[in-house]
Amino acid sequence: MKQSKTSGLFSPTQAELDILAKYKKRSELGEIWRRLRKNKAAVLGLVLLFIIFMSALFADVLYDYETEVVLPNYSSTLIAPCLEHPLGTDELGRDVLARIVHGSRLSLEIALLSTAISLSVGGIIGAYAGYIGGRFDSVMMRIMDIFLAIPNMLLALAIVAALGPNLMNLIIAIAISDIPRFARILRSTVLSIKDNDFVEAARAAGAKRSTIVFREVIPNCLAPLIVQASIVMAAAIILAAGLSFIGLGVQPPAPEWGAMLSSGRAYIRDYQYLVLFPGLAIVITVLAFNLLGDGLRDALDPRLKQ
Amino acid sequence: MSNGIPELKVENLVVHYRTEDGLVRAVNDVSFEVQRGATMGLVGETGAGKTTTALAMMRLIPSPPGEMVSGRILFAGKDIMEYSEKEMDKVRGDTVSMVFQDPMTSLNPVLTVGEQIAEVIMLHQHLSREEARRKTCEMLELVGIPGARAEEYPHQFSGGMKQRVVIAIALACNPQILIADEPTTALDVTIQAQVLEMMRGLKKQFSTAMILITHDLGVVADICDMVAIMYAGRIIEYGTLADIFDDFKHPYTEGLFGSLPNLQKRHEKLKPIKGLMPDPCSLPEGCYFHPRCKYATDACRKIRPERTYLSENHYVECLAYQEGSGVTLGEEASHE
Repeated sequence: MKQSKTSGLFSPTQAELDILAKYKKRSELGEIWRRLRKNKAAVLGLVLLFIIFMSALFADVLYDYETEVVLPNYSSTLIAPCLEHPLGTDELGRDVLARIVHGSRLSLEIALLSTAISLSVGGIIGAYAGYIGGRFDSVMMRIMDIFLAIPNMLLALAIVAALGPNLMNLIIAIAISDIPRFARILRSTVLSIKDNDFVEAARAAGAKRSTIVFREVIPNCLAPLIVQASIVMAAAIILAAGLSFIGLGVQPPAPEWGAMLSSGRAYIRDYQYLVLFPGLAIVITVLAFNLLGDGLRDALDPRLKQ
Repeated sequence: MSNGIPELKVENLVVHYRTEDGLVRAVNDVSFEVQRGATMGLVGETGAGKTTTALAMMRLIPSPPGEMVSGRILFAGKDIMEYSEKEMDKVRGDTVSMVFQDPMTSLNPVLTVGEQIAEVIMLHQHLSREEARRKTCEMLELVGIPGARAEEYPHQFSGGMKQRVVIAIALACNPQILIADEPTTALDVTIQAQVLEMMRGLKKQFSTAMILITHDLGVVADICDMVAIMYAGRIIEYGTLADIFDDFKHPYTEGLFGSLPNLQKRHEKLKPIKGLMPDPCSLPEGCYFHPRCKYATDACRKIRPERTYLSENHYVECLAYQEGSGVTLGEEASHE
């Protein structure tokens, strides 16, 4: 009975059906993409990330993991960059480019997984703390403060030391150390959003608390969250490299960039390229994430349109 | 469904806010009822408790500091104070919905208007995405906005169009009760006339019971069947449109009409009501209006007037109409 109430008032004509079809076609993603493309730096970041993702995806096609990346080859140790080995070979005769290409898999895996974990956990904690407020907010934020009081690196170090050094524990450690950052950012943004009339209007429309938090509040917090995520992803790569560098991250012979820096350190006087190229890989990846994050922030915010 | 039960009935509603500065008595013993298809105008100055009354009807009084001290609110005979929060979620936006005062801030800036209308529809009606989208376009067309603009964001609309979107959201589920909190205040007169015309049409078609909160007596004359004049949290005069406009009794109502510009006497100065609304933290004794009333007597300063019925639907809270009070509106008391 309810649905038929308005049908007498409005029956769609052909022209209006066309409009409906158009409404369906023009997608939101296309709109964001159009705005992102205008930003040169973001496009550069995107291209770099695309190359890095592709090399991670096709690492096995380019270089065989067992024979070229892990297995020592004593007949070709420490060859300077040449045609056959564009980035040279290391002290065990393994191709540096092959190791960097396979290393991108590890770095991206660590960055994406740890950020996804800390973003969802920290984001939900922060959003609810900000929206509910009161005692729940105080307790959650004091816990986050305790985590924040410990430097990122030390916290991750302690967690890895407690859990044991391997890839999964490294990801968990980095994720935990980043949770308070997301929680605080989302909480402060939620605090400024939740007193808006549209939140009240959503309550008046009968929306449940979770609907309001996830549909009304969080979309308004996306811009700072995405920027933060890109910074955290870049920081996660650095943190992972750092932990691997001191032997608490991914264990050799896995070609982690930080671990490569660590083993190349012994030869830095005569064979600088052993640390230069893994270092460059880290810098370029981190830069690409940051450029894209900045670009996305502008593209995602509909208020900055045009 | 004309079984005599009013669509909306408010009985002895009292709402207080407990603040650090003391008890704010925002709504003091308000009662009224609205029948199906009828519109009641809730008229009063800023701070008279109109919006608080409206929020109470949605059970959206911010608590703390707000508190519904007593009273009952009945939707079609059912007391909503007995509903759980979950049941209330189902009622809000479906049975009763509200148009908010400020269209600039009552729309979410990061969702398209289409999404925001579709959201209410999908919350309350089990429609597919496709049906909800069609209904969204219908609703937009209903308020005079091309359906194709559903994909646009609120900042791409003018103020008047935003208010029409807000009205579309409120009407999306064909509510039985619509509370409109100054829906036309932000609009220019031509759009205002269109919106009022639209609301009148909807009222007739869907028999919605409507409460129109406003301080614009012109709007009231245009659309309301019943009028309640609110002052310091009380309804001081209540009656049909004809009762209030042609036969008003309360000195405050008289003052309200006196402060309107008169087209016949263009050279006459406006006669505003002297003074300000009393502070709801420290309401005066006796009649709340007596400090501003030009007829006030000693009795008015001490005795709180009771509801005096002049006819079945017309009542007034003024000692002058209360038998045996000895107060008349004869001469203006000197105010020195």
